[in-house]
This record gives sequence, C-alpha cells and structure tokens, in this order.
Amino acid sequence: MTTEKPQLVTNGKRVDGRGLDELRPIKIEAGILKNADGSAYLEWGSNKIMVGVYGPREAFPKHVQDPERAIVKCRYAMAPFSSLEEHGRSGPNRRAVEISKVTKEVFENVILLERFPGCEIDIFIEVLQSDGGTRAAGITAAAVALASSGIPMRDIPYAVSVGKDGENLLLDLNKLEDNTSDADMPIAIAPRNNDVLLLQMDGTLTKDEFARGVSMALKAGEHIVALQRAAIGSKYRKE
Amino acid sequence: MQVKVNNREYISGLLGKGTRETTRGFSDYRKIGLTLGALPQAEGSAMADMGDTKVLAGVKLGVGTPLQDKPGEGTLITSTELLPMASPRYETGPPSPDAIEFARVVDRGIRAANIIDTKALFIEEDKVWNVFVDIYVLNYDGNLFDAGTLAAMSAILTAKQPRFEDGAAIRDNGLSRIKTNGKIVTSCTFGKLDGHVLLDPDGNEEDMMSSRVTIANDEGAIRAMQKGLRGAFSVEEVEKAIDVTFERSKELRSIVKKVIGE
Repeated sequence: MTTEKPQLVTNGKRVDGRGLDELRPIKIEAGILKNADGSAYLEWGSNKIMVGVYGPREAFPKHVQDPERAIVKCRYAMAPFSSLEEHGRSGPNRRAVEISKVTKEVFENVILLERFPGCEIDIFIEVLQSDGGTRAAGITAAAVALASSGIPMRDIPYAVSVGKDGENLLLDLNKLEDNTSDADMPIAIAPRNNDVLLLQMDGTLTKDEFARGVSMALKAGEHIVALQRAAIGSKYRKE
Repeated sequence: MQVKVNNREYISGLLGKGTRETTRGFSDYRKIGLTLGALPQAEGSAMADMGDTKVLAGVKLGVGTPLQDKPGEGTLITSTELLPMASPRYETGPPSPDAIEFARVVDRGIRAANIIDTKALFIEEDKVWNVFVDIYVLNYDGNLFDAGTLAAMSAILTAKQPRFEDGAAIRDNGLSRIKTNGKIVTSCTFGKLDGHVLLDPDGNEEDMMSSRVTIANDEGAIRAMQKGLRGAFSVEEVEKAIDVTFERSKELRSIVKKVIGE
C-alpha cells in the first residue's frame, strides 16, 4: 500500500529467507514473573512480549461485578521503545484499545468464568519489541500465562496471522511484509475444535484465499500448540 | 444490556420456527433507508436507517499536515459517537472500546478498498486535506457497523472538496466531489444466537448473540473482516457468511448508487 513496494517473494523465498508457509522461530517461557499469578515471556521472530495474569480476584470497582461469572480485563500495549521507528506514545492508543477488546473476547470464550462470579481476571500484555504480528503473539503468550496461573480453561488458544502478496499467501507476516502486503488476517483458534475466536482482516481477499489462509493457520497451529504445551510442561512437570 | 426474559423466549421461539421479529429470513436485512445531504454546511452528509437504527455521518475536510511516511497524501480520520440520546445503554464520556472498535471497523473497510484518492487531497508542500468522517448514532437498534458503513460511504462519495486560497479553505458553490476510485464498500454483519447465524441483528438479537462477524467488501473482494464477542464461529460458518455477504452487498450497493445519482 505504499508507493515503492519491495518485492516480498523471490523464488519462493521471503525477505527474511522463510518459505511461504513458514513461521518465524518462536520461544515461550512460562511462569517467569514472581508477583503475577501467571506469566509468560514469548519471542516470536523479533517480537518480544511479556504477559502477566492476575486473578481471579474480587472485581473492582464493585459495579462492574457480574453475579453470574468472572469478568475479563485485558490491556494490550506497545512500549514506547518497541519499534524500529520513533519513540511511541506510552499507554494504549485506539489501535491498542481495539486489540485489547478482541483479545479479551478470545479468553472470555475459553476461561470457565462461571466458576468465579463477582471476580475479575486481568491479562496484561506488554509488547517490549515489535516486528509485526504482535496481537497474535500476545494471544499465544497470554494463553500460556493463563494456563500457568491455574485458572481453569476449556482450551489453550493460539493465534497467527496470514497475509497476501499478489498471488501468494504468506504465513506469519513480519513488520516489513505487514506494511506492504495486499492483505493481513490475524486469526485465533481454539485447537480442540478449531473454533474461530478472533478474526480480523484488511486488504483484499477472495473467499478461496480466505479458506486457503485458514488452512495455513490451522497447520501452523499444530506447531504453535506444541510449543505452548512444552512451555507449560517444562515449568511445572515433575520428572 | 440484558434482554427481558419474555423477549428472550419469544425471539428464541421465532428462531426455532425459522423466522424473526420482523418476519424476515435469517439472511435478510430490515428496511433500509438512506438520505443524503441533510446537513448542507458539511462537505458531505448521509443518514442511514436500518429498521429503527438511525445513524448520521458527516464529512468535513480540514487543512492539515501529511503523515511523515506519506508526504503527498491526505488522510482519512473516522470517529464515532454513541450518543446518550440513542439508547439508555450509552453514557457521556470518553469513547468506549465499543465506539473505538465501531470506528475502526468502518474505517478499515473504506481504507482497505482505497476508496478515497488520498493523493488528490494534496494541496502544497506540508499541506493536505484531512477527511474527517464522524458517525453519530442517533437511535440504537442493533447493527451499527453496517448502518455506519452505509452512511459513511455515502457521505464520502458525495463530499465536496473545498478550494484552498490565500491560506484558507473556501467553501462556495461549484465545488466538485472529492476524488474516489469509483468503488463502493459496504459491510454485512452477522450475529450468532441459539446456533443460528443471522444477518443484520437488531437490538434484542444483539443482546442475545454470543458472537458477531462483520465482512466488508466491494464489487471484487473482501476488504475487511472483524469477529467480535466471546462466542466462536466455525470456519464453515464464516465461509457461509462470506457467500451471503457477496449476495446481499449487491442490494446495499444499489441503494448507495441510487441516492448518489449513478
């Protein structure tokens, strides 16, 4: 969408040498913050994301309490030093407010909220360094942090983005690809039944490309889920 | 907001029989109204009605500085106001996450389809026209996204570009419309309740629905999507919604074309 568009795919390889359906390297570590009830640190390519989870605890202020179930609060924010560009504004901007909202909705789907009426569960996602796909990385990390807190969940969701460059669908766009691609579609999935918990898209996409993109995301999900489980397992499993 | 228990049972009962409160099918819109130019002092304006939902979009152009990475282009700034008069559910105060999501989803479809020729908004070095689209919700009865997109799209397509003379914007007669790419973006929003996926959920249906998905498209392709709320969709349900969107968006586009005079 900018004027001088770099060539994103050359001989089936991308700007960072990946194949079209190749994820960037992902590293997840669970339970690394002392005070938080659950936490995770995730590196996804150059993205570096810290997640802390608190709760269930009494919802505050009192008027937000739901007598039937816990409420979920989510803060996604990018640190002012997180990007390659200028110093950013600290705290959530309008983009971050929207991402916080759709992320919250992902976890409302899987947490057994009805077990904790009147309570709140807080998810804090801080993007310390960003390189495209931070909302997907944040959801993937938050799922691990929640699992490590012991908050009961139906499933451990993951998220990944699929993009497009001309005829090619590209898995897991980095920042350069995201800025110049023809479409970007982050998607969050509940792996037990492949329910779609988050879906956003902008750019240009046909129905066929949507279906192929979802297949790509689901296939990548197998790998992401394995990493999430390994992170939780290596922290808490006793040999 | 919670739906009254008797309404809930009534609506569920209707859905079980394959119909809805306004005796329409699951993939039908309510009655749509669209009127243009109610506010001649704005550069463009449009009022969209979907059933009892009433949304007003106003467009103003202002002289501003371009974005650093696009020095030769004007910008699009979309905002929404969920006015307290529109429903007891809205209160005065800073924009809620719902209002911000609403603005960003409408903006995303129009932006992704490159509707506005932002290069034609260039005035001179470090001066461009910024296109401000403000969407006012006057009465809430569900499906703000589609009504908002319809109103914003129509207001933009008919907005006049002021002249820039001696450092000031001149708004006189004989101005021509801002340059657009000739396409029309509309959105189709679906709510899921009792396992049914319903186009154009009204207020009661929205209060009962577990999830929502919006698909914005133009003549050629999907331009934006947004899933919301805590419920889920299967991939097949989204694909079906895409099919319905491509079918139903023809009606929406023809309504826009009719009022803008094409």
